[in-house]
Amino acid sequence: MTNTLHRYSEHYAFERPPNPQPVKDDFIVFAMASRGVNDDDLITKYREFLRLALKHNPVNIGDATKGGTLRPRKDLNPTAHWKRDQLPNPEEVISGIEGHTTVAAVFENYQDMKVFVDDVRAANLGVSINISAPMAEAQRCCRETGIARHSVEYSLGFCGRVDKLPDATVLELSTMCGHGMLSANFVKKMIEWVKENRRSPAEVTRTMARFCICGVFNISRAERILDEARTKNR
Amino acid sequence: MRIDPNKCVACGNCLPVCPMGAIYIDPASNRARVNGDECVECFTCYRGMSKEHLNPTLVRAIRRTAKFFRFRFDPEPDICPTDAIVPEELSWPRVVRRAFSDPQVPHESTGIHGRGTAEVKTNDVTNRVKEGEAGFVVEFGRPGIGARFRDIERVTKALAELGVEFESNNPVTSLMSDSTRGLIRPDILNEKILSAIVEIKTKLEKVPVVLKRIKELSREVSTVISIGVSTRCDGVGEEPLREILEQEGYPAYRGKTNLGLGRITAP
Repeated sequence: MTNTLHRYSEHYAFERPPNPQPVKDDFIVFAMASRGVNDDDLITKYREFLRLALKHNPVNIGDATKGGTLRPRKDLNPTAHWKRDQLPNPEEVISGIEGHTTVAAVFENYQDMKVFVDDVRAANLGVSINISAPMAEAQRCCRETGIARHSVEYSLGFCGRVDKLPDATVLELSTMCGHGMLSANFVKKMIEWVKENRRSPAEVTRTMARFCICGVFNISRAERILDEARTKNR
Repeated sequence: MRIDPNKCVACGNCLPVCPMGAIYIDPASNRARVNGDECVECFTCYRGMSKEHLNPTLVRAIRRTAKFFRFRFDPEPDICPTDAIVPEELSWPRVVRRAFSDPQVPHESTGIHGRGTAEVKTNDVTNRVKEGEAGFVVEFGRPGIGARFRDIERVTKALAELGVEFESNNPVTSLMSDSTRGLIRPDILNEKILSAIVEIKTKLEKVPVVLKRIKELSREVSTVISIGVSTRCDGVGEEPLREILEQEGYPAYRGKTNLGLGRITAP
């Protein structure tokens, strides 16, 4: 699963600008166990990981087999069209963990991520912990928390038939669900709805987040991108 | 996937939701239909959309009335009002589509959900990629384009000629008929999937050659390819890969960092 590896930003533009803007609001920390290696008492470890995350203002948390804090519902009635329940439900994520999966927490700033990583280090859960973020920031976090990086994996972006891909704004939003569950056509539709003032960026963001099956969709970053898309020719 | 024509009210909500754009409104029947050749069985429409369970006849009558008066109803865009989307039982080889497209299905070969790979995320306990080695994750079809196995095989055959080592614990490798030549089972070559990851391992010094070859091959396929490269750090957390990538002109901005906090704990 490379679901958080290839999140599009200016750094991965097909014609890269000379000074691409740094990504300052997208930091993911996730935990993953290996079968028969460190999966004893797995559910407790995963739940502790996510409970520690909740202390540091994550914008989303998720279980890769069940979803994030916002999920589709199978039992809506017509009132949903006027009054939709948009509240994230982190407890549903934590209590729903049943076994092997990957659990993740998404943060909108470096400081929250760093303090969380420090807490996870101290908790000594024994499962593999990874940061998915700008590499320099992840390295800085390791230095500041006294961790020696074990392994690194770099995203080198996209090649091949990139002419088939949508524009940069759509890619920034759709690649936040790395499993590809958030369709580019749906993102385009939501951007248009924001521009037409049919929905707010906050409402649209929550609608999109429900499609992300592992909860790594960054709700805060998406809202900012949509707000900018309304007024700027990005 | 199938849309039940007796329930569908042609609201069109499911059309943009499909990552492959495989759903359309059939003008003959005025019902949504799934283009089976393009559908990758990712279950996004079935699982990702919320559902009401309204009476289709009533909903159609309301829609006809609103349409007559040119009223624009502004429904929630991710709801199927009549629960019309129906999964079908999949048989071989179509079942391969779901295995590579629906992240909630664990791969039989690895037991891992998503794309079925662990890459270096668990390298602190598996030691799969060692110091001086590079692990590649070459993902076909991402983001949002999809890929057919015949395109993947075109690349795996060429990579095999470079003498790379395919990761044995990988869903694509498990479908190869001859991994030494990069050949994939012929009966699945036409199957379309949301994305699949080929994992290979080489010595670090071969990184530029392998990347150059993948770039060349990417021009011969009809999909997009996303590339990730990994290595193991030394005892103080430093690694030589970044410098290699930057020298070759690749953006090494974002990625994953394994913190080395995993340990063997199972009895």
